[in-house]
Amino acid sequence: MPRIRPIRTEAIVLRQRPLGDADRICVLFSPTRGRVEAVAKGVRKPLSKMSGHVEPLSRGQFGLAQGRSLFVVTDAQTLDSWPSLHDDVQRMTEALAMAELVERSTDADISSGPLYQLLRHSLDALADTPSPPAIRWWFTLRFFDQQGYRPELEACVRCRADVGPGGNGYSAVDGGVVCPSCHGAGHGQRLSSPVFRLLRYMRRSSAESTAQVRVDAQASAELEQHLRLSLEQALDGRLRSSGFAEELARAESIGRNASRAAAEREREEQERAAV
Amino acid sequence: MQRSPATAPTIARLIEAFHRLPGIGPKSAQRLAYHVLRAPRSEAEALAEALLEVKDSTRLCAVCQNITDADPCAVCLDPQRSDSTICVVEEPLDVAAIERAGVHRGRYHVLHGAISPMDGVGPEDLKVRELLGRLGDASVEEVILAMNPNLEGEATAGYLSRVIGAMGVRITRIAHGLPVGADVEYADERTLRAAMTHRVEIDRQEATD
Repeated sequence: MPRIRPIRTEAIVLRQRPLGDADRICVLFSPTRGRVEAVAKGVRKPLSKMSGHVEPLSRGQFGLAQGRSLFVVTDAQTLDSWPSLHDDVQRMTEALAMAELVERSTDADISSGPLYQLLRHSLDALADTPSPPAIRWWFTLRFFDQQGYRPELEACVRCRADVGPGGNGYSAVDGGVVCPSCHGAGHGQRLSSPVFRLLRYMRRSSAESTAQVRVDAQASAELEQHLRLSLEQALDGRLRSSGFAEELARAESIGRNASRAAAEREREEQERAAV
Repeated sequence: MQRSPATAPTIARLIEAFHRLPGIGPKSAQRLAYHVLRAPRSEAEALAEALLEVKDSTRLCAVCQNITDADPCAVCLDPQRSDSTICVVEEPLDVAAIERAGVHRGRYHVLHGAISPMDGVGPEDLKVRELLGRLGDASVEEVILAMNPNLEGEATAGYLSRVIGAMGVRITRIAHGLPVGADVEYADERTLRAAMTHRVEIDRQEATD
């Protein structure tokens, strides 16, 4: 069997999973090789010199040698660790959604330069932005464009009529905006004017400009729903990480409810004791 | 695992059983199986009894969710320990490690895992509800999050700090930094950043001693 030379590549670590007692399998995303699975040996030991350099949501330079079935990481050096993506759980959740999208839509040994640059730029922007969800929205639209799922925002996807901002619908199944008359005939879900304008603005603007737009909670929820349905069409299923994003959004109300329930229990106990 | 025709089926079954244990490769599984075969019958019986007993008599402590054979467990019943702090850990083995270090005299709570968004493991898969039930007690003043310093640990700590923060209980997280015996030269950026951010002043008296 011909011996494969060790390779060097820049990559973003998308995720890890444990292997045996001390190793991890790292899923790397390289601009030249697409998705690469590589074993990082000994990184679960406390004194491993490599463990901090193969953490998910970091960018690094990697040396890889071909093992029996997977690559083996021979050396790793961090180029970007994006600390705020790890310290702030909201940013982390958005970054994981982007990483999962990339992981599920790329294959091994397929050059993915544009998608790599998109992910890298989006993680850079996410690390600094005041509005983490806006970066994910922007990333998702660009992802659709690159992967051949570009939503139609200029003409009705059913009758090809030009569309303006009012009375439209959005059909994830048909892949874009539905004009008022087709929407009236039962096609697509309601697309409000602010969300329609935001979608068009995101398409022609940078991630940083998108993050500056003020979006109220109602428009945000509507946009999330349209993007989620479009992703489900593209991926043929839900993003696994979206479940945690929903849990995180409810976290504070869960805490307040638990606090109220505890206070109620205490009051009842005091009343029982008094009786 | 490939079964050799020269190996009796009963021994092959034992080898396969050992091989399913974490950290046991095919060679180690073979060595263990033949060791049991050569050992006196009493040793094999003691091993089998211990295996069955651990399955039959252990359960989760209703308070801290640690694995125990008496409910509540000895740590939860210990009157010498403080009720004001609860140290939250991912796994039962983490309790054993912190107890060996002897650095925590409060109570524990074991989550039995960590949130892993990309694997679809969320808070409802862990013992989070049981933790929130304990925090209603006014005696709890501080929750110490002792998650592993990796992505899953950070997601878990981030989620818990939001939930517990809304309950008005003080939350702290164990410090990150360089482990004893490590080289600064090989440390990654985030570890060094954490180590520098949480640096401590050296007590002058201690330094001159």
